[in-house]
Amino acid sequence: MSADTNEGQERKFKRIGTRPIRHDGLDKVTGRARFGADYALPGMLHGVMVRSPYAHARILSIDISQAEKVPGVRAVVTRDDFPDVPIGWIPAGSTGVDLGANARTVMAREKVLFHGHAFAAVAATTELAAREAGKLIKVEWEVLTPVLSLEQALAKDAPILHEGQETKGDHPTPEGDSNIANQVCFEGGDIAAGFEEADVIVEGHFETPMVHQGYIEPHACLANVREDGTCEVWCPTQGAFGVKGEVASIAGIEPSLVKVTPTEIGGGFGGKIPVYIEPVAVVLSRKAARPVKITMSREEVFRGSGPTSGSRMWARIGAKSDGTFVAVETKFDFEAGAFRGSPVGAACMTVFSPYNCENFRIFGRDIVLNKPRVAAYRAPGAPIGAFAAESLIDELAMKLDRNPIDLRIQNAVAEGDRAKYGPRFGTIGFKEVLEATRSHPHYKAELGPNQGRGVAAGFWFNAGMQSSATVSVNDDGSAVVRTGNPDIGGSRASMALMCAEELGVDVARVRPLVGDTDSVGYCDPTGGSRVTYATGMAVIEATRQVVDHLRARAATIWDIELDAVEWQDGNAVAINGSAEKGSMSLEDIARKMRLTGGPIVSSASVNPPAAGPGFGVHVCDLEVDPETGVSKVIRYTVVQDAGKAIHPTYVEGQYQGGAAQGIGWALNEEYLWDAEGKVENAGFLDYRIPVASDLPMIDTVIVEVANPLHPYGVRGVGETPIVPPLGAVANAMRHATGIRFHRLPMSPPRVLDALDSDGASS
Amino acid sequence: MTLETSRFESPTDVEGAVALLAAEGGAKVLSGGTDLLVQMRLGAGAPQVFVDVKRIPRLMAVRLGSEGLTIGASVPAAEIFENESIRSLWPGVAEATDLIGSTQVQGRATWSGNLCNASPAADSVPALMACGAVAVIAGPSGERRVSVDAFIKGPGKTVLRRGELVVEFEIPAPPPRSADAYLRLIPRTEMDIAVVGAGVQVELDDGGAIASARVVLGAVAPTALFVEAAASALIGSRLEDAALDAAAAASRAAATPIDDRRGTIAYRKKIAGVLTTRAAKIAFERAQAR
Amino acid sequence: MAKLRVETTINGEETEFLCSGQDSLLDVLRGPLAMTGTKEGCTTGDCGACSIVLDGRLVPSCLVLAAEAEGRVVETIEGVADGQKLTAVQQQFLEHGALQCGICTPGFIIAAEKLLEKNPDPTEEEARYYLAGNLCRCTGYDKIIRAVLDAAAVRREERA
Ligand SMILES: Cc1cc2nc3c(=O)[nH]c(=O)nc-3n(C[C@H](O)[C@H](O)[C@H](O)COP(=O)(O)OP(=O)(O)OC[C@H]3O[C@@H](n4cnc5c(N)ncnc54)[C@H](O)[C@@H]3O)c2cc1C
Ligand code: FES
Ligand code: FES
Repeated sequence: MSADTNEGQERKFKRIGTRPIRHDGLDKVTGRARFGADYALPGMLHGVMVRSPYAHARILSIDISQAEKVPGVRAVVTRDDFPDVPIGWIPAGSTGVDLGANARTVMAREKVLFHGHAFAAVAATTELAAREAGKLIKVEWEVLTPVLSLEQALAKDAPILHEGQETKGDHPTPEGDSNIANQVCFEGGDIAAGFEEADVIVEGHFETPMVHQGYIEPHACLANVREDGTCEVWCPTQGAFGVKGEVASIAGIEPSLVKVTPTEIGGGFGGKIPVYIEPVAVVLSRKAARPVKITMSREEVFRGSGPTSGSRMWARIGAKSDGTFVAVETKFDFEAGAFRGSPVGAACMTVFSPYNCENFRIFGRDIVLNKPRVAAYRAPGAPIGAFAAESLIDELAMKLDRNPIDLRIQNAVAEGDRAKYGPRFGTIGFKEVLEATRSHPHYKAELGPNQGRGVAAGFWFNAGMQSSATVSVNDDGSAVVRTGNPDIGGSRASMALMCAEELGVDVARVRPLVGDTDSVGYCDPTGGSRVTYATGMAVIEATRQVVDHLRARAATIWDIELDAVEWQDGNAVAINGSAEKGSMSLEDIARKMRLTGGPIVSSASVNPPAAGPGFGVHVCDLEVDPETGVSKVIRYTVVQDAGKAIHPTYVEGQYQGGAAQGIGWALNEEYLWDAEGKVENAGFLDYRIPVASDLPMIDTVIVEVANPLHPYGVRGVGETPIVPPLGAVANAMRHATGIRFHRLPMSPPRVLDALDSDGASS
Repeated sequence: MTLETSRFESPTDVEGAVALLAAEGGAKVLSGGTDLLVQMRLGAGAPQVFVDVKRIPRLMAVRLGSEGLTIGASVPAAEIFENESIRSLWPGVAEATDLIGSTQVQGRATWSGNLCNASPAADSVPALMACGAVAVIAGPSGERRVSVDAFIKGPGKTVLRRGELVVEFEIPAPPPRSADAYLRLIPRTEMDIAVVGAGVQVELDDGGAIASARVVLGAVAPTALFVEAAASALIGSRLEDAALDAAAAASRAAATPIDDRRGTIAYRKKIAGVLTTRAAKIAFERAQAR
Repeated sequence: MAKLRVETTINGEETEFLCSGQDSLLDVLRGPLAMTGTKEGCTTGDCGACSIVLDGRLVPSCLVLAAEAEGRVVETIEGVADGQKLTAVQQQFLEHGALQCGICTPGFIIAAEKLLEKNPDPTEEEARYYLAGNLCRCTGYDKIIRAVLDAAAVRREERA
């Protein structure tokens, strides 16, 4: 759909922007909704993954004979049961996914590359038998020195994770095999001249730890391979079509034989885009000729599923004394985990793009090491980069004695300005968001002793990508809207609202469904903040086609020209010369469908190349106990441009949830490792995500600067909210304690240590 | 090969429990299960026999008299904290009990499990020690009473012998003008294991000065620790700064913590001092109000 | 080994099941009894998704052995609604959009019902501490706490 169909600014909506109860809500408050682990089949076996006790070891041989003898065991599988997908194999037309790496993440082949890396799996009649059998699998290991830090990965004589891996990227790259998988660089202007011209320069080294998405539902999967080779998979995934493709490639099955049903999904945040157990359940089921269910334990989730990168960063900003940025520069090193693919590229693209500055050099490296392979985590990379950038901007504001919001407004990008990664921004709401923040009561509220206020900004591109929707009209005038995007946060309600808006009916008359891969058109995953935007576009388009059909039916019944029928809020209305015909309701037309041409069903597919970026600004008030280093967020406000909020409740929910995750990342979350590379805190007691008593109410302000790329002006809102918090909390800590923290998390021991040593060690 | 699963027994009297525990080396007492079952989930292996003691009336009984409190070993934390008399007589013990885990965990967790699990970071243990609590143990050769401070021998090790279980706790009635307090430090506000815990009990003389004191630290040594020097520093004072500073210094000195995923040595030592003074102030104020 | 036969009352109905000595009540609810409304997020007492009420007490069903349920009274999310009528807590969760993915919701609702039974007029802080054992990664808790406080008000009105 093009810009000329945009009505975001002028159109008076009747239903968009209201807050109906979500359609799937009833099942979710009564326990009826079925999530991944809630599925079962008669005769089902229990599958378990067998995981590596080493962070780095070559697999010389695997002997499963003893395991197979355990009573109740029906299948044991290893690399030998999976096709050898070559590493680096990226199928034509795909989004650049390395299926060889994915296959090896699921089931180790030559080597295990992190502690907890799966190298075998067992299916048995009981979980106990499967676990016991797992212990009897004999592996001949050649234990290798693990690479457990960026320093070790980059050392001259570092053990190489992937023999034959040369550094990619267009900048001077190291010779020969390397743990540096990739280098990215964005340059513009004259960086040396820029810093030369600067009146003030702020710079710093920053560090962030590996953190997990922390969804509450562990991965789970039920698979059934039938006698004819067809295969059904049920799993909580962000994208059923992705699972279908990866199961086919990794398990070695024709894609046409695979049907994936997305179950209700208990959180994902990017971490339920990849497959971990699905191809294994399929291979076990094929071998055992029985349905197989695998559920990860919480410990396995922490050890074996995707965190986001830990990082080491250096950045600096040069500015004129009036505050104008004249040069920015970064060097980012990101941990990719076991295989290439950290979000360092996105971090580089986003880090200084909210601000104008002609001279820049933004450099980042993607580095492999023996830790779990990273997966997408909400705005991948952006929060990490923004932590460095927004901390430095705060420093700059202090040096120049400027209000930190004013300083950002002065440098903020607006429509037509160029992002550091190339394109020019379209209509964006960054300045509006900054101004709304400045005039928010929170920003002017008084602070008490040991309290500090931090502000930080951030942005995310948001994605478009492919989506499909089908809308059908029932003979009572109600409608069904079907898409392939799992509903992680209320998207069914948003799809129904858009359909209801176009049809002009109450949203309760529209039933939104999430279909399986056989019953809906292709949809890219629920991720990239794209569902309300792109899938919503498909819904609007399909509904508009339905409306055209409805008008045509009315025209037939009245025996007038189609042009003489208008659709007005749920009614066909005869106009021009035919006005005397009056109007006919959707219900009337639907009741006569069978006489006027049969069922009315329309589908639409979209593939928008771009979306509208979303900008947000957060304000955090923190109180620190100077004797213990314990800090608490006492007030928090999120201001963000949503373009157009379809269902404001769930927009606010995204703002609040992203902020909470970011606060956790800033204050307490981190993977802790022992000397052998084993995660020491693989559970929710010691991996400390925020609990209810850790947080205050999180205030939200929805700014609406319509996105011209969407018919209603929608921008994705899911990811931007996690970009600013790391900086906002760190800046609040700076103002509460006088200490600039360069390293996350700002946990009580670190804070007290810094306070006691006058900030020297932060 | 057969895969054994655990047996489950729920005796209804102490003798039955003792007999089971004495007969089977692989039998384990199940009180709330919030340590036992967690350890099992995390790979410790299931015991041969679970001996659920919660159907033994004596282990679930609460008796409060002028002598003090006698309370069944398996009364859940939630019930203890809900008991207004316990809250008002031993507020520190009640606080410590209320800190164990979440509301859900408190529906299960017990003092006996907290004690017998013998974790250095157990919250109820320092508080019970500060109040002079005693554990009543039943076993094949009858009953014995062991004060809580002498109960734990080291991480995971207790005085219990084969066939024995804790049946109840006794806490002597608090002397007039005395009170207790317990504080702990955790990174979050809830759902964490103590980085440091401090239990303090003080008794005032007629002039309002501290006549006697107990200071107990948790999570800074292999077992919860009486800090005599800190107690001495408080005695005779009205918590003047010098006394508090001396008590804090004594706690810092007495602490011999380890570095682990929950805190560093240096941090734990500092916090031991901070919590000692803070808990002392609360106990002192409470005693003054009595 | 022979299985244990357990008789118990679940949501007011007398129920019988077979279990092993080490099965948790959560295992049995979700497996043989097919009551999957009670969720599993950790099996180690850390997340609250498996919350149920056992003889009147809020407990994590992952840390209760199934065999312990003999002769006891068990309440789960499936029994919270009063016939066809949602409780005030359930209704307020819907009104406030206090769920995003919804995996934590059954545990929160069970816990919140218990909170309001014990404390009909909790402060925000009391609600936050009472519910601190229920993890939610999606919402930041804001709407959950508002829903609980509003449900408390509705209940008080209904009872007035
Ligand atoms: C999420 C979570 C949070 C927690 N937070 C805390 C916390 O903040 N502070 C804290 O101190 N602890 C905490 N714990 C640990 C645990 O809850 C406590 O230690 C609790 O008091 C254990 O009691 P229980 O009855 O559940 O023990 P159980 O698991 O039943 O028993 C523990 C051990 O003691 C033995 N035992 C139990 N009763 C007896 C008896 N009567 N006689 C002899 N042996 C016996 C058992 O055989 C077992 O070895 C937490 C646990 C969880 C799961
Ligand atoms: S599953 Fe029981 S508390 Fe998480
Ligand atoms: S709504 Fe997803 S965890 Fe709470």
